[in-house]
Amino acid sequence: MAETTRMVDVYVMGKHYAVPEGLTILTALEYCGYRMVRGCGCRAGFCGACATVYNFKNDPQLRFDLACQKTVEQDMYLTQIPFFPAAKTIYDLEELQANGDQVLKLYPDIIKCFGCNTCTKTCPQELEVMWYMSDALRGDIKEVANKSFDCVICGLCAARCPQGLVPYNVALLCRRLYGRYLAKPSKHLEERIKEIEAGKFDAELKGLKKASEKELRERYNKREIEPAL
Amino acid sequence: MYPADMEASVKKVEATREKRLKETLPRLQEAERQPLLEKYHPDYIKASMRELKVGPNKGDRTPLEIADILEGNSRIDPGKVDLSKADYDVDVLVIGCGGSGASAALLARENGAKVLIATKLRLGDANTVGAQAGTQAADRPQDSPAHHYMDTMGGGHFTNIPELVEALVKDAPSAIQWLEKLGVNWDKEPDGTMHELSGGGASRRRLHSARDYTGLEEMRVLRDEVRNRGINYLEFSPAIELIMDDRGQIAGAVLLNLETNELSIVRARAVIIATGGMGRLHIQNFPTTNHYGATADGLVLAYRVGAKLIFMDTMQYHPTGVAHPQQILGQLVTEKVRTLGAQLVNAEGEQFIMPLEPRDMVASAIIRECKERGKGITTPTGEQGVWLDSPMIDVLRGEGTVARELPAMVRQFGRYNINISKEPMLIYPTLHYQNGGIKIDASGATTVPGLFAAGEASGGVHGRNRLIGNSTLDLFVFGRRAGTAAANYVKSAKPGKPTLDRVRRWQAELEQAGLAKSRPITPLLLPNYARQPYDYLADYTKEMLSAGQVKPA
Repeated sequence: MAETTRMVDVYVMGKHYAVPEGLTILTALEYCGYRMVRGCGCRAGFCGACATVYNFKNDPQLRFDLACQKTVEQDMYLTQIPFFPAAKTIYDLEELQANGDQVLKLYPDIIKCFGCNTCTKTCPQELEVMWYMSDALRGDIKEVANKSFDCVICGLCAARCPQGLVPYNVALLCRRLYGRYLAKPSKHLEERIKEIEAGKFDAELKGLKKASEKELRERYNKREIEPAL
Repeated sequence: MYPADMEASVKKVEATREKRLKETLPRLQEAERQPLLEKYHPDYIKASMRELKVGPNKGDRTPLEIADILEGNSRIDPGKVDLSKADYDVDVLVIGCGGSGASAALLARENGAKVLIATKLRLGDANTVGAQAGTQAADRPQDSPAHHYMDTMGGGHFTNIPELVEALVKDAPSAIQWLEKLGVNWDKEPDGTMHELSGGGASRRRLHSARDYTGLEEMRVLRDEVRNRGINYLEFSPAIELIMDDRGQIAGAVLLNLETNELSIVRARAVIIATGGMGRLHIQNFPTTNHYGATADGLVLAYRVGAKLIFMDTMQYHPTGVAHPQQILGQLVTEKVRTLGAQLVNAEGEQFIMPLEPRDMVASAIIRECKERGKGITTPTGEQGVWLDSPMIDVLRGEGTVARELPAMVRQFGRYNINISKEPMLIYPTLHYQNGGIKIDASGATTVPGLFAAGEASGGVHGRNRLIGNSTLDLFVFGRRAGTAAANYVKSAKPGKPTLDRVRRWQAELEQAGLAKSRPITPLLLPNYARQPYDYLADYTKEMLSAGQVKPA
């Protein structure tokens, strides 16, 4: 780090540290000397392990983000949120039906949502969590799947819900119902599986497996390539 | 917005875009490929590797960072670990729970085995969630498993093990269907036809995707299913040693509680290693796309009990890691950006490589452009990179394609005020994948009785270079196979008496080779990014820290 780097004042669980400008919350904690065991996963915004809460020295309003993605700012108060278990209903997908009654049966508490919108305001992926919860209430499984698709299951919505709901598990159920029952099965996929099972490609593959490297190279270089578009 | 001096180069990219839209660079000729790799690919830097001095691969070359951990010291003193009482007694222990571990656990369970999963971080914290582009399977009428076989062999420079590639391509469509029946949401047309894209080194469009959250979608579903099936799992509990019996078979593992340093003993008739890769070793100081736990622990465990490794001298550097902004340096820019049509462009706005060559070729060409030709772009923090011209995608495929197909990338760059549907992305190769690993057969069995491996920890299927979309496929194909094979193996296994003699013999071997004192304690478990500028510990304090302790001196 060049000596001219501007430093930013942050507070980790109340204690002051100066860290170089441009670090994320995660790398700032590491710069302060913390070695993560919990609260750190893919470090790239996909796994949801590093959900975090912060506020500012003169602004008590709590804010939410992923520690690996959010850049530190002057006078940030940082903390790692503790783990707590969230409600998940155990089910056998094969025995379910893809309708709203099913969702309500597995997660009956969703009727308790009173539309405070805290979940939406909390989501670091900026998903419309409250709206997909109302879609779930109406039984619109497809819309829940669509609106919740980019969910990284960081758990912040459930952590903040005053009614103790777990939106991300409701969404996961709806996506699984959609993928299993509502999305049309792919005919060409089924067809190909049948062909493979019937041994249609066995002779060709056997030939390729036996072919010399020279022969394979020649065939590879001459192979026809389908346009990308 | 880019800093002003980078913005000047962005203008050149914009100025040449219209002309480039009509320009298709030819594929590399056979004669061009090997010299490009030899001159620029990081694997060919001789000083970056050395020969292993002990163990089943003695004499084989591997990167220095991997050689050190493979020759590492055990965390435990066998004399102090009591194997007579087991904390868990199961048929199959699965170590690691990304895509391959979850698949293996589900199939082992389905085939009647009592299963325990031990994982280092949380259930599902793995590289799988970061896989964006898709999963290959030759299921369209214009495609066939034979085309898929050919592409995979060519991508791997014809070094792949044919039986493994055959298993990969033949199981691929049923793996896709298995995931769909578990509720994975594939990108599809309304009539059910899969929406499939092309990829580097693939001769047909066969990438099955879920926006650019493919691996996340696969992992969310598999993790939920592991819970629904009631499979027992232990989080923050990595294996630190495998237990063998007196008949030379696998007999279980020693687990470490990462937070309390407590050990637990698992007795298992079969063990499946599904611990993923090694990116967090930062080979040659490269940044990495890999998750926090990717420290090659499974290789260390398997090597120590005598499992043979394969292709350990070839790493995959993903051509497009983020070079700017600094906050996300080295993170993955999915190959899907290129499959959708974005070209690679230098500081002058010129193309220099056909963007859909296999990954090792593209990475080498980018390094050549920056290091030799001086046509890279330098960032304010001194990183070099070239442009990935993402705005082309909306021009080619219609306004809104970037937003629809690449929400994760839009979000990630948007945080730093870069709008990738209007501005290009600055990229440079980043450490991505371990092409080789523990040698397996088509059932996932290693060379050690009772020990299985699947996914990135295993080796052979990809030869010396893996293609896009073949890694997530590998997870499900070989995870499922290993789970099934392990469950069947335990039905006829005749367990002997568990011992830690292998650890004793390993330590003796290290002493004999004069290595013990100079090698780290492994498996590493976690990288250490905590800045510790202070060295005030007395030597006796350092020595008094217990061997299993995670926190560094």
